[in-house]
Amino acid sequence: MTRGTLIRANLKRRLRRTVLTVLGLGVALFLFVTLKTFLHTLTTLGDVGSETRLIISNKLGIVFDLPLAYRARLSTMQGVDKVSYATWFGATYQEPGSGFFANFAIDPDTYFALYPEIVLTPEEKQAFMADRTGAIVGVRLMERFGWKLGQTVPLRGTIYPGEHRFTIRGVYHAGKKGFDQTSMMFHHRYVEELVRASGGGSTAGWYILNLTDPQTAPGIASAIDGLYENSSSPTRSQTEKAFNLNFVGLYGNIGFFLNAIGMAVVFAILLVAANTMAMSARERFGEIAILKTLGFTDAAVLRLVVAEAVVICGLGLVVGLGGALIAFNVVQFDMGGFIPGLSVTPGIALVAIAIALVIATISSLVPAWQSARLQVVEALRFVA
Amino acid sequence: MKIPLIYNIRSLLRRPATSLATALSIAFVVLTFVGMLALANGFQAALVETGREDNVLVMRKGADSEISSSITREQASILRGYPEFAKLPDGRPIATADVYVVVAKPRVNGTETHMPVRGVSPEAVAVRDEVKITAGRMFEPGRGEVIVGRGMVGRMRDTAIGDKLRFGQQDFTVVGHFEAGGGAFESEVWGDAESMMAVFRGPVYQSMTLRLQDASQFDAVKARIDGDPRLSFDVKRESQFFADQSNLLSNVLKFIAFFVTTIMAIGAVFGAINTMDAMVSGRGREIALLQTLGFRPRSVLVSFLIEAVFLAFVGGLFGCLLSLPINGIQTSTTNWQSFGELTFAFRITPQILLQGLAFAVVMGFLGGLLPAWRASRQVVATALRKV
Amino acid sequence: MSLVNVRGVSKVFHRDAMEISVLDGLNLTIDKGEFVALMGPSGSGKSTLLNLLAGLDRPTSGGIDIEGNDITKLKPTALASWRARHVGFIFQLYNLIPVLTALQNVELPLLLTPLKKKERREHAETALRLVGLSERMHHFPRQLSGGQEQRVGIARAIVTDPTLILADEPTGDLDARSAEEILQLLSRLNTEFHKTIIMVTHDPHAAERAGRTVHLEKGTLLNTEEMNAVNAGAGR
Repeated sequence: MTRGTLIRANLKRRLRRTVLTVLGLGVALFLFVTLKTFLHTLTTLGDVGSETRLIISNKLGIVFDLPLAYRARLSTMQGVDKVSYATWFGATYQEPGSGFFANFAIDPDTYFALYPEIVLTPEEKQAFMADRTGAIVGVRLMERFGWKLGQTVPLRGTIYPGEHRFTIRGVYHAGKKGFDQTSMMFHHRYVEELVRASGGGSTAGWYILNLTDPQTAPGIASAIDGLYENSSSPTRSQTEKAFNLNFVGLYGNIGFFLNAIGMAVVFAILLVAANTMAMSARERFGEIAILKTLGFTDAAVLRLVVAEAVVICGLGLVVGLGGALIAFNVVQFDMGGFIPGLSVTPGIALVAIAIALVIATISSLVPAWQSARLQVVEALRFVA
Repeated sequence: MKIPLIYNIRSLLRRPATSLATALSIAFVVLTFVGMLALANGFQAALVETGREDNVLVMRKGADSEISSSITREQASILRGYPEFAKLPDGRPIATADVYVVVAKPRVNGTETHMPVRGVSPEAVAVRDEVKITAGRMFEPGRGEVIVGRGMVGRMRDTAIGDKLRFGQQDFTVVGHFEAGGGAFESEVWGDAESMMAVFRGPVYQSMTLRLQDASQFDAVKARIDGDPRLSFDVKRESQFFADQSNLLSNVLKFIAFFVTTIMAIGAVFGAINTMDAMVSGRGREIALLQTLGFRPRSVLVSFLIEAVFLAFVGGLFGCLLSLPINGIQTSTTNWQSFGELTFAFRITPQILLQGLAFAVVMGFLGGLLPAWRASRQVVATALRKV
Repeated sequence: MSLVNVRGVSKVFHRDAMEISVLDGLNLTIDKGEFVALMGPSGSGKSTLLNLLAGLDRPTSGGIDIEGNDITKLKPTALASWRARHVGFIFQLYNLIPVLTALQNVELPLLLTPLKKKERREHAETALRLVGLSERMHHFPRQLSGGQEQRVGIARAIVTDPTLILADEPTGDLDARSAEEILQLLSRLNTEFHKTIIMVTHDPHAAERAGRTVHLEKGTLLNTEEMNAVNAGAGR
């Protein structure tokens, strides 16, 4: 037997209490880590964006279009080696409110070159190119609605009213972690025909440019914006990173609230766990007294009390932090594709560990200090 | 025979630190719960309180929000011509045909969002009579003037009276601020429809809102519009339209609220079980004594359960109290359904507070059940031997 | 040189605002290999004296030399180490750790020595064998009778081979038969193994086992005449 035996024996003495404390700690730490991870991923969504891609949108906002005619001029810009464009379609599937998903029209001749992250088999790509009403769908979206390759999916238009039927010609995967796998894309020509039929002009929702040198991004961006500043459709050019970050900004104060909740959670954990462990330690004043009569110093006794607290907190950490690590970093749970790239960072893990240590310290400190002050002879009265 | 409540209260007070810690942990769970529900509720309230029962809102068929809709001038004048709608004293229908867009603009803190801009007809204020000017004056059509809703003032840049907001190629001067009874319009910037058409999407409206002579006429009017081959509209009561616009986000917020607080509650319940367990252990002799005196095991069970529930209730009460300062705090976010920024305030209702208290009681009950049962099953002889 | 030398020791307790003088200028010497019984009425300070000898408490004034070492001058950490090596304490209420088995309880003091795990176990088994509890070494205290628990307590007290064995009413909580067994064990430790034992008791029958009895009354030791008077009174 060793000192470890004594610690283990004490933890097993009230097994249910130990288990509950560990679970309670674990659950709360899991929640804390999840909230922080969620927050972190949201704010770093921009990191998923490419450094060499530039997004050109209407200065007024993303809901406004740009003339398709810009394409020619943009292609000839120095430092730009690829140009593509896309338009938001915004249709819904089945009942309205049955779940939003991104659907937009792309120019397949140029889009895939710009987005190597979209991974399709050559056969599927061919099939898509050949079918005017074909569509490619992200693998997570397929799973969500249970669609099959070759299935024709009816969509209800919102911006473009009426029913639209697209045949799924390809299922794409993300070639890079965090890249979206929940969208549906079809031919831009299809939308252009719709618009022309109702008397509109040729427009695109936004342009995507690929730069040969990412350093030139600011310069090229302001050059483009300057070019169209006084036209009827002025542009706003930004790196894809910046563009993604803007979307995060739309959430507003959500970061602040998630943080506040995180703090409340931490505090509640601290209270409950520290209290339970302090209770356990207090119940063993008698045992501590015996140890002291045998010649254990105050320091030795303190070490035992702290060690026990550390074991409990460590186990809680395994459950909570470990659980989160498995859920996000290993299994890569991503809320049905809405939040790709959720992953617990080393920083967050460290904070969780620090919290566990603080709880271990506080919950062992008070009873340890109390027991140190207690005269052994008095404490012996605590023994049953 | 029932064990007096005062015994439980005194027992709790004998372990002040433990009781306090347990009560506080439940207080925090309830605080989070109430806070998040208040957020969801505030958001929903802002929209649900927008619009009237006797106003009809039409958009192009299939459009799920004003942004996706478009209505031509011809269609607008056809609908205006319907005799069913209420009229102003001078004979004009109480109706407005709106241009509605959201424009990328910076908040005061620099982050960007989409500012809803609505170009309205001169009759708009009659249609939406909850709108009142609070500072400055109403804009004059064609003069490049706008008024800013109270929710946007001080939250978005360039919204003070005298400031200029640039839309496209044109600057608009802010000449007034308005309030709209806490509803969604307060998060908008209003100008005249014609000017907005010129700046944004050209000669199309996004929606029309018209006043019925009587709210009960809705079905009849809707049937007529649906049957009109010249028009292709979706027709809703204005109040219904805005209420529907709140569904997505408020459901998401509520889901998050329940998810987070349930997990926290599980942790708190574990803690409560531990605390009550310890209390039961520490009072083994007392329990034996009580039983020797003649109190039945069932009374012991109920007594401990009440103790746990009482403690949790006090904690819940405290949590509710702590949550009160949150009420009225303003915040804003993008309403994904309308794609525009919406300002709203946390709103705590008595119902939410009661839900919080109920939650606390449930936590106390669950936490106390097992230990209370254990206490009642304790064999008297064994316990007394330790005396 | 005597093993234990108590020099003019006084102990005053403070309870609330009151001062209670429990020991008053007490002198006592004990030689190596002695078995001494400390007797006296309730409140005479017997247990207090024992605690002082174990270094569990400090006298208000005076000194206590054990093997030439004045333990009242030792700092708490040094005192703890000293106690681990030199004292084996036997309690009236056994004071075994409930979550540990008999064997583990006896091993406990050995954790404070440099012995290896295997050696610790061997020493503990030996001690348990000596007190006659080998078959019960894996039992928990709650599975043992009072007498058996006390035997474990004794095994624990001797396992480190201490200089001094201090016993505080070791038979106080036992029935006559178990008490007899314990007293026999203590006698054996003294006569066969030459352990120095100081035992506090209020039972004259138990005190008979000791080689010498000293009486405490109101904080001081009675001299021979006073003792005879007490004995005479006890025999009445």
